[in-house]
Parts: sequence; C-alpha cells; structure tokens
Amino acid sequence: MAEPMKIRATMAGDTADIKCLMNHVMETGQRKDAKTGQLIPAHFIQHVTATVAGKTVLEAQWGVAIAKNPFLGFRVKGAKAGDKVEIKWEDNKGDKNSAEAVIA
Amino acid sequence: MNPMRRTFLKGTGAAGTVAVAIAAGLLKPSQVLAAEWPKAAFESKNVADALKGIGASGPADSKDITIKAPDIAENGAVVPVEIFSKIPGTTSIAILADKNANPLVADFDLSNGTEGYISTRIKMGQTAHVHAVVKAGGKSYTASKEVKVTIGGCGG
Repeated sequence: MAEPMKIRATMAGDTADIKCLMNHVMETGQRKDAKTGQLIPAHFIQHVTATVAGKTVLEAQWGVAIAKNPFLGFRVKGAKAGDKVEIKWEDNKGDKNSAEAVIA
Repeated sequence: MNPMRRTFLKGTGAAGTVAVAIAAGLLKPSQVLAAEWPKAAFESKNVADALKGIGASGPADSKDITIKAPDIAENGAVVPVEIFSKIPGTTSIAILADKNANPLVADFDLSNGTEGYISTRIKMGQTAHVHAVVKAGGKSYTASKEVKVTIGGCGG
C-alpha cells in the first residue's frame, strides 16, 4: 500500500521551508467505476501531523477534496539547519505512512 | 457468516475499550478528541455549517489574508492553492471551496513557530470561490478568491 513519500526542507533566513509529496489515491467516494457503475468507496488521508525537532508544528485534518498524491508546503520560524522533520499521515482505512528528513 | 456483522462486532468492541480507558483515566478525553476527525464539518453541504463544525462561525473579512490560486484552472482535479496570513498569532487555516459537494477541503492547525502559510493542491468540482478561514487569538477571519474551472481542460 504505502509508497514512499518525499520531504524537502531548506532554510530561508530564519525560516524553514518544508515541502512534502505523499502518494495516495485520495478517492472521493463520488466517482463511479466505469465498468460496473458502482461507486468507488472513499479512500483518503484524514490526518497529517508534522514535527520539527520533536515539536508538533502542524496538525491537519483533510477531506476528500485534497488532490490525488497530495502536496503540502509550510514554513516554520525558528527551526535550525540539522533539525529533524517528521511527517506522518493516516487515512480513513487506517493505513499509515511517515517519512523523515533533515533541514538543509 | 456475514462479514459485515463480524466487522460491526469488532468495531463496538474497540469503542468499548476506549470508553473503559477513559473511565480508568488512562486516556484524557482531550487527547481522544484531538485525534478525532471532524466528520460533521467535512460532511456539511454548505459553507456556514462547515465553519460551525470547525468552530469558526461568522468570520470577519480580512485584507491580511492572501489566496494565491489560478484565475482559471484547466483541471479541477488539481488546483494549486497557497494561503498567506499576515494576521499575528495565526493558529489555524482552513480551506473551503464553496461549490464542492462538501465545501470543507482541509483544516490546518499551526503551532511552535509555523508561519501563517500553507501551500497545497485541491480538487474543485466547478467554478467556485476558494475561501480561506484563519483563526487567530480566538477570532476568525476570512478571504476568498474566485477560481474558474473549465471542464474538459481546453482553456478559457
């Protein structure tokens, strides 16, 4: 299921610019299967949590309207080069994934 | 045997365990709530209900919120959106697309130095206003921008 996710974190002045790409179908539950005419059940990321150096910096709740293979960018003031960034997600079927990166 | 019934029984069993854990003081109710997905807010059919669901009813218009999104999106399935909030003490940013079947797209809680900035890509069913709702200091503020969605991807 869970394919790798990518994180890029770079310092810009005193702010860390963190970008993350996740792999997920983000199925809305509103599309029909072309062959069977049945609705494809919703399957999407509900929770995303990001920490920098062990402190939570972002907690997100997502609905079905986040695009497929989600992209997330945010900026953290006061982070330092070398700090560890960890991003985790969990979807509505209980699948989980996480990735780590170091701020460059 | 009906597999749905098995799942249901398992589900009730798990919920029971959580209740027992709360009763025994193992889990604080606040921790449980923080982990809970706001189902009602995400399933609301209009913006007002969705805002009520995330505790941001009646936000005030603000010029300190900027939404960067295309004027015309050729593909409604991938609409890049960036939200900038210059309001001091921004603690959360929510994104809504008012013509989607369920307008609430996402709600981001920011803490420990995260700036009032979020960049992501959303889906839009049709031409609509993208709303950003920012919570700061116990108040909520909003701004919106219209994004035209051209179905078929042939451009304007």
